Amino acid sequence: MGASNFTNQVDNVFLFILVISVVLLIGITAAMIYFVIKYRRSKHPNPVDIHGNVLLEVVWTVVPFFIVMGFFYYGVVDYREMRNIPEDAMEVEVMGRMWSWMYTYPNGVQTDTLYVPLNKPIKLKIKSVDVIHSFYVPAFRIKQDAVPGMETKMWFKAQQEGQFQVMCAEYCGDRHSYMYSQVHVLPEDEFERWYASAAAEVETFAQAQEGAEVDEAARLEKLVKQGQRLIKTKGCIACHTLDGSRLVGPSFKGIWGKTETVIANGEEKTIVVDEAYLRRSMLEPNVEIVKGYPPAMPPQGSILNEQEIQAIIEFLKTLKAEQ
Amino acid sequence: MASHAITEVQHVEENYLEVKSRWRGIFAWIFSTDHKRIGILYLVSSLTFFVVAATIGIFMRLEQLTMGETLMSPDVYNRLFTLHGVIMIFLLIIPGIPATFGNFFLPIQIGAKDVAFPRLNLLSWWLYIIGAILAITTLFLPGSLPDTGWTFYVPYAVRTGSNVALAVFAAFILGFSSILTGLNFLTTIHRLRAPGMTWHRLPLFVWALYATAWIQILATPMVGITLLLIIFERVLNIGIFDPTQGGDPILFQHLFWIYSHPAVYIMVLPGFGVVSEIIPTFSRRTIFGYKLIAYSSLSIALFGSLVWGHHMFVSGESDTANIIFSFLTFFIAVPTAIKVFNWTATLYKGSIALEPPMLYVLSSIFLFAIGGFTGLMQATLPIDVHVHDTYFVVGHFHYTMFGGTIWVMLAGLLYWFPKMTGRMYNKKVAYLAWPFMFIGFNVLYGTMMYMGWKGMPRRYYDHLPEFHTDHVIATVGSWLLYIGILILLGNLVYALYRGAKAPDNPWGGATLEWKTTSPPPLENFTQEPVIKHEPYYFREEDNG
Repeated sequence: MGASNFTNQVDNVFLFILVISVVLLIGITAAMIYFVIKYRRSKHPNPVDIHGNVLLEVVWTVVPFFIVMGFFYYGVVDYREMRNIPEDAMEVEVMGRMWSWMYTYPNGVQTDTLYVPLNKPIKLKIKSVDVIHSFYVPAFRIKQDAVPGMETKMWFKAQQEGQFQVMCAEYCGDRHSYMYSQVHVLPEDEFERWYASAAAEVETFAQAQEGAEVDEAARLEKLVKQGQRLIKTKGCIACHTLDGSRLVGPSFKGIWGKTETVIANGEEKTIVVDEAYLRRSMLEPNVEIVKGYPPAMPPQGSILNEQEIQAIIEFLKTLKAEQ
Repeated sequence: MASHAITEVQHVEENYLEVKSRWRGIFAWIFSTDHKRIGILYLVSSLTFFVVAATIGIFMRLEQLTMGETLMSPDVYNRLFTLHGVIMIFLLIIPGIPATFGNFFLPIQIGAKDVAFPRLNLLSWWLYIIGAILAITTLFLPGSLPDTGWTFYVPYAVRTGSNVALAVFAAFILGFSSILTGLNFLTTIHRLRAPGMTWHRLPLFVWALYATAWIQILATPMVGITLLLIIFERVLNIGIFDPTQGGDPILFQHLFWIYSHPAVYIMVLPGFGVVSEIIPTFSRRTIFGYKLIAYSSLSIALFGSLVWGHHMFVSGESDTANIIFSFLTFFIAVPTAIKVFNWTATLYKGSIALEPPMLYVLSSIFLFAIGGFTGLMQATLPIDVHVHDTYFVVGHFHYTMFGGTIWVMLAGLLYWFPKMTGRMYNKKVAYLAWPFMFIGFNVLYGTMMYMGWKGMPRRYYDHLPEFHTDHVIATVGSWLLYIGILILLGNLVYALYRGAKAPDNPWGGATLEWKTTSPPPLENFTQEPVIKHEPYYFREEDNG
């Protein structure tokens, strides 16, 4: 059984066309080689002019036409199934951005890995916040572009448990070839357990926001934990490392309280990284760019709310420079 | 005028390379309006760009030899694959065969003295060179070379800090060069045919150029407008492709492919024409199904203009549009298949000499057929959903564009080199290059298709471990291919200086270019030819 309900279908169409193509290719090549040897000038010095043959020419116009129409028909039958999304499919929103994927479930859970139950139809609603990406799961034989300003969709049913590679297939800049994610296919009961616990965690984070916690230290601890989660799911670590090494943007390590030279309106100035600067860097990242880095980051206002920004800031505060 | 006529009479025996003009040295070339000199200018410049872009390709393959960083950063790699594509497409394959062999042989094959507008022809070459220089200039300007890929997809092309605007403007100028060449050829074919050269006596290379010229004129303005819109978007922020301002990024893809899909037929039709010349000559018999081959070029030009949406099956284009574009795409397979069958049938009962041009042309049909069959797979919707934007596509278009067009261009070079230069190259060395090229080609691009089917996306700087072996094999293939190309071209450069003098008709060809001297005189023929036969009529040679 294929990894998804489309895997075998696509492979079968492919195989069908491949076999016919190979037969035709061998036929044409063999004919060419045979003629070249049989009618070589040393053995066949007197050529015969044949201007054409109406019957033959009709045959090799009509026969290829019907062959390719066969390919077309076979393809369309499968394609219609790919595009015909079952009504009862679970909807997951896929958000592509430079250079990571984020998944949002109906109960508000957000992840950087796509967890799905086995043998259940999943509908993906695909969006992008910056440039065009393309959500691609090779093992499932599915792909759909993520286009800013519109929502594209597709569906699948996973038929094998395990982890499957997600890739970005539309070129999107420097870290395009690292824009990976995973699909985790879980048995249905296991998926339900994960789904419930993830929802519960969202609930605890929400409490931290509302100030329902009496103990300020406990509240902070929750925020830090949430921030730690968010920098993964929201894709921050696609460009900002935690270990001090350089990727596209400055590392988060030791960022809190650091003195940085930034470029604002084309002029250099020195700032100290505080709450206001971090907040501005998320919402209007290109206003004050740390010197030596490209203005590559899209504004994050559409994917971060105020409470999440606070949680990320609390987490960044904990990343000390050297111990 | 009088003095001009006198010079003509005095130098009637001189070939076009010996004729003195008022310019000396390189200026005798870059200011010449002789279609043959302009053809050579294009040939030298486009082959130079070919070697440059192939060398860039070698570096890209080297980067893939190990996982992680091997030679360069992702930033450099992204600019290199853009440059490789831009040079190969805009500076080699599009002008390629029409501007080189078309310029040189179109007038000769129809018995004309020159193209209809010689000065416009020179202007086309100048626009080509100016476009090329502008594209290279981006390297030294802020932002440096573009890193968008040759397709310049928005919004990335609008957001990137690299110098997209100038590179796009360069492509805009190159478009004018292409339009003017098309216009020139159309007029030449309509107005300057020698007495007796009826439409059905035109060599098939001329038919192919005729179909190509129509696409050049009708489709190129489309890309010109699209490229200007990118510049406006970047410089003035007009928002036509920006969804936050009511624009649409998919619109760009439509505009781009409305030109760029017909453009692949601008690239490949002239190659079909060259194949239709070489096969009869080395089979020493008439072509099988002349009219069907001639009209299939026109029908490819027509259908090729209606299928651009097959580049966008996963872009968000509607399902209905996808199905229609898939349907129309399959139509192109028919005229293409007709050509391949007719070429094969032309070998039947011929008297075949497997000289180097013939060897390269026949192997090109094999490679192009693979490109065609994999094209059918991609035209099939569910398969394309899987292989779109993977190495499968990269392999496919190298089989068609390189295996088809460039491979045929090299065959044409081996075929017409003695006529153009008056010198013959070393045939043994030309044979020697073949196994390197043929094996290297299939190892490189065959492996690419294989890993693409397994899910290796294109334009990836780095790869996952499961693709590593494939990448190593492909890289080794690239070395073989590159060695083959260098042997082939090196042999020709050597022959330019040391080659034996070539006879007027080394291959026993029947079309008009073989009835004049090697190299031809300034006005191609000492007296205007009168045509009494179909183009591939070898009987006179047999009697004489």
